[in-house]
Amino acid sequence: MANIPATAAGIADAVQSKEVSATEVVEHHLNVIAQRDGDINAFNLVTSEHARAAALRIDNAIASGAAVGPLAGVPIAIKDNMCTRGIPTTCSSHILEGWKPPYDATVITTLGAAGAVMVGKTNLDEFAMGSSTENSAFGPTRNPLDTSRVPGGSSGGSAAAVAAGLAPVSLGSDTGGSIRQPAALCGVVGVKPTYGRVSRYGLVAFASSLDQIGPFATTVDDAALITEVIAGHDPKDSTSIPQPVPSLRAAAREGVQGMRIGRVTDLPEGAEPEVAARLNEAFAALESVGARIVDVTLPSLSYALTAYYLIAPAEASSNLARYDGVRYGMRTSAADTNAMYGATRAAGFGDEVKRRIMLGTYALSAGYYDAYYGKALKVRRLISDDFDRAYAQADVVLMPTSPMVAFPFGDKVDDPMSMYLCDIYTIPTNLAGHPAMSVPFGTGAHGLPVGVQVLAPALGEVAMFRVGGALEAAGAAR
Amino acid sequence: MTFPISAEDVAKVARLARLDIADSDITHFTEQLAKVMDHFRDVDALDLSAVQPMTQPYPLVNVLRADEEQPCLDRDEVLAAAPAAEDGRFRVPPIIGLVE
Repeated sequence: MANIPATAAGIADAVQSKEVSATEVVEHHLNVIAQRDGDINAFNLVTSEHARAAALRIDNAIASGAAVGPLAGVPIAIKDNMCTRGIPTTCSSHILEGWKPPYDATVITTLGAAGAVMVGKTNLDEFAMGSSTENSAFGPTRNPLDTSRVPGGSSGGSAAAVAAGLAPVSLGSDTGGSIRQPAALCGVVGVKPTYGRVSRYGLVAFASSLDQIGPFATTVDDAALITEVIAGHDPKDSTSIPQPVPSLRAAAREGVQGMRIGRVTDLPEGAEPEVAARLNEAFAALESVGARIVDVTLPSLSYALTAYYLIAPAEASSNLARYDGVRYGMRTSAADTNAMYGATRAAGFGDEVKRRIMLGTYALSAGYYDAYYGKALKVRRLISDDFDRAYAQADVVLMPTSPMVAFPFGDKVDDPMSMYLCDIYTIPTNLAGHPAMSVPFGTGAHGLPVGVQVLAPALGEVAMFRVGGALEAAGAAR
Repeated sequence: MTFPISAEDVAKVARLARLDIADSDITHFTEQLAKVMDHFRDVDALDLSAVQPMTQPYPLVNVLRADEEQPCLDRDEVLAAAPAAEDGRFRVPPIIGLVE
């Protein structure tokens, strides 16, 4: 079989120049999945027939001289919380078992039009609630770099699929760090675009004011390529931003000469020493290629986690009210409808989802709304204002992505607060609605990968990718 | 002002959220939720009287489209994905007439 390039950009070029066929590329990846996914469990479903048919269409188009898209023949794995028409979409929850959506998410339509080939739906923490993928109803995903450890979460399946070479690129969703944290733990690039940059139409809602779709990739260039394809205004998503998408691949090659990189002097503590050391080395590396380090403060950041764990569950409790045994998935029979609701939801949801629904219902309930939810929304404003002040001085801000490297299974799964602390550095970005990306930068404890996080102001993807590209180059030169 | 969450609170929100939670599990959930709520003390100590709440990243404005007919989801496809359907509608158990 022909040599299959490792990157999405390489595959697209090779397929368009007929060095390899889309069919060869997809068969190669289906083989790797068959060999390796038994150990990793990245996929809830491998869509072999769908993928072979899509690849054949690409090959036929190329043979007939028809124009093909920028991702022609590129296999992509999709987090199983994005709707795919006629193909099961479970959110790794029993409550949606067997449900086949009657429509495609906008990202699925867009990727298909660009020539990408979906190879499967990836595992996640149930309804994207978790930081380890242990909350999946279909068993955990294992970290390909050390299968005794978690891949992070909630998009653990998408991160592991790319880290293990099961697909060159994948999509995840990020509500509080669910793309960036697993990217860091699996040693790949993960991007959360600005809230509204990528359509959420067809993304099963967890917390609607925080959710955002973004890519995983092995290179910053591939992450830029996928972001460029999926970003853009969508009339079907009323929070979609009507702004043109700049060239992010060009930005990633531009360098950081003259850029101001923010170092947070009052960053909440908790990062492992090796993680803190890699962050310091990242600042030094950027300085050595022409950037300037400026100190900034984000005094409200220490309240972000608390605010998030009221806001996100509040929105989730409302969004997940729709799973009631009437319209989707499973039903537990009972004598009347009210009893059927309670029995279906009790049988269909896992413990973490139940905890968050109850937390959210509590925070929104009569007598507690102002005391909890109302205050959390005000803290959200403080955090957003802090970022505005920081970005008056700095073009981007650098932070760790995750305080720790990949941890062993069972370490945190029964202690919600310790699991929630995994997201201490990623949550503030979601509250503000800003973009951020995680770029692998050296290793930490046990030789496991560390990610450095690049945060930018709303619609600041160009600055973010400039720094991401420079970090990748510096990391490769280490 | 924060309120320590009690087993009665948890049982009540479970009912409001239509989740049948066994009495034996209420204790476990109460302990876990109380730990999370405990962190709210830090936020509670802040003076937020002058701060405007932020419900989402961008100011909400009405987003409207032209009032023109557009294709919608296929009814049969939607009903095929439901647990029970009959005569083009979702089928559910009795809603009235039965009292707990």
